Amino acid sequence: MLKILKYSFYDLMRSKWSYFYFLFYLLLGFLLLFLNNDVSKGIITLLNIIVVLVPLIGTIFGIMYFYNAREFTTLLLAQPIKRSHIFFGQFLGVGGSLTLCLVLGLGIPFIVYGLMKSAAIWDFGLLLVVGACLTLIFTALAFNVALRNTNRIKGFGYAVLLWLFLAIVYDGLFLLSLLIFEEYPLDTYALIGSMANPIDLSRILILLKLDISVLLGYTGAVFKSFFGTNKGLIVALLILSLWIVIPVRWMIWEGNKKDF
Amino acid sequence: MIQISNLHKSFKKNHVLKGIDLDIDAGGIYAILGPNGSGKTTMIKSILGMIIPDEGNLKVDGEDIHKQFAYRQKLNYLPQIADFPGNLKVNELIRMIIDLREQTANHEPLLETFGLNPYLEQKLSTLSGGSAQKVNLVLTFMFDNPIYILDEPTTGLDPNALIQFKGLLRKERDKGKTILITTHIMSFVDEVADEIIYLLEGRIGFKGSIDKLLAIYESEDIEHAIADMAKNMIDA
Repeated sequence: MLKILKYSFYDLMRSKWSYFYFLFYLLLGFLLLFLNNDVSKGIITLLNIIVVLVPLIGTIFGIMYFYNAREFTTLLLAQPIKRSHIFFGQFLGVGGSLTLCLVLGLGIPFIVYGLMKSAAIWDFGLLLVVGACLTLIFTALAFNVALRNTNRIKGFGYAVLLWLFLAIVYDGLFLLSLLIFEEYPLDTYALIGSMANPIDLSRILILLKLDISVLLGYTGAVFKSFFGTNKGLIVALLILSLWIVIPVRWMIWEGNKKDF
Repeated sequence: MIQISNLHKSFKKNHVLKGIDLDIDAGGIYAILGPNGSGKTTMIKSILGMIIPDEGNLKVDGEDIHKQFAYRQKLNYLPQIADFPGNLKVNELIRMIIDLREQTANHEPLLETFGLNPYLEQKLSTLSGGSAQKVNLVLTFMFDNPIYILDEPTTGLDPNALIQFKGLLRKERDKGKTILITTHIMSFVDEVADEIIYLLEGRIGFKGSIDKLLAIYESEDIEHAIADMAKNMIDA
């Protein structure tokens, strides 16, 4: 499996899109820090960008890589290699290189800015962890979509729709449902609703850490009152890792029964 | 060497393999014949584990292959279409496959035979169809394993490469290898095959030597014998 990871990773590191993604974050990091001159404001702006953009990039890279690597995959399937290792290795290759671009692209400006000595280092670190989780989650979701759809156009469409739903439509529907049922006790419902979407969960996670109640919103506030800040952080992180494990397991299961 | 029993496979409503029973002994060249869509590639890919059968049993070298992967160590497979990751160079691909299989490979003489040395630094996406097929052959024949599975290996080969390829086949057969070949070129079958396996509509229609086939249908050449057989089977 490590070999598959190695070849997928090399393959992506040679693609110009990886560098484009890296340079984008590098530029974003420098701009936000040096124009803003305020680390915690910079982090909030970054948060808003990360929770929308990282899933989108993970989705698009994941689906494009899977379809482009079809020849590579069929070549591997005829070799004495376990199927689950092929898909898991490719997934780690894509997820890993994207995470590396994110961490380096944002990390370098922050180090240059002298963040290592500031108190915001933990907030920033958590932001990167959340970014890495979102990358892995959406890459795994994209792989699932690609495995189920041989037609590239359809697969690409479904994957982007999935992102659109989780990043934008979900919030609208969720809010609407809260308004409609406002006469009922909604705490548990709101709690489950925010856990069922990794993007919402990530936003709450960072805002809990930053301890900015104003920005938390209703679901965040419920989250905080239910779990408290520290327990809330741990619970959110645990659920976020479940959001990685379940789509990955599903991807492997789907890959094991697919015909090539 | 390879035992197939009651193999079934459907793709949605298309029932491709309808209960294949087949016993392939070790040693010799087996030509797998049949019209387009008769299930040749599906059967081959089932042996490779690339297609998961709906029903039935597959054994390679006595070992049930369901959910296994290590048995592919004994198999060299040449896919129907030489579809390689386009951004790799020829020598990078060869090195990668050797690295992945962890077997010793003897690719130098093969590269020489097929005149591929000038192309080693070229990207696979820039190769012509014939050259890609030669790379495909090198990748298949560079490992010394007991079973070869070749899906339409002659596609795109020039006459010289074809002669080299036939020589290679005979050499491997003489070493006692089991070689399965699908093809539509009857003169090629006549020249190299020891046995014929004929598939029609997802079932085995005939298995036996060329002489046996010719005797049954009182025919001079394989082409007509096969045509008669197909007609008979459809009538029945």
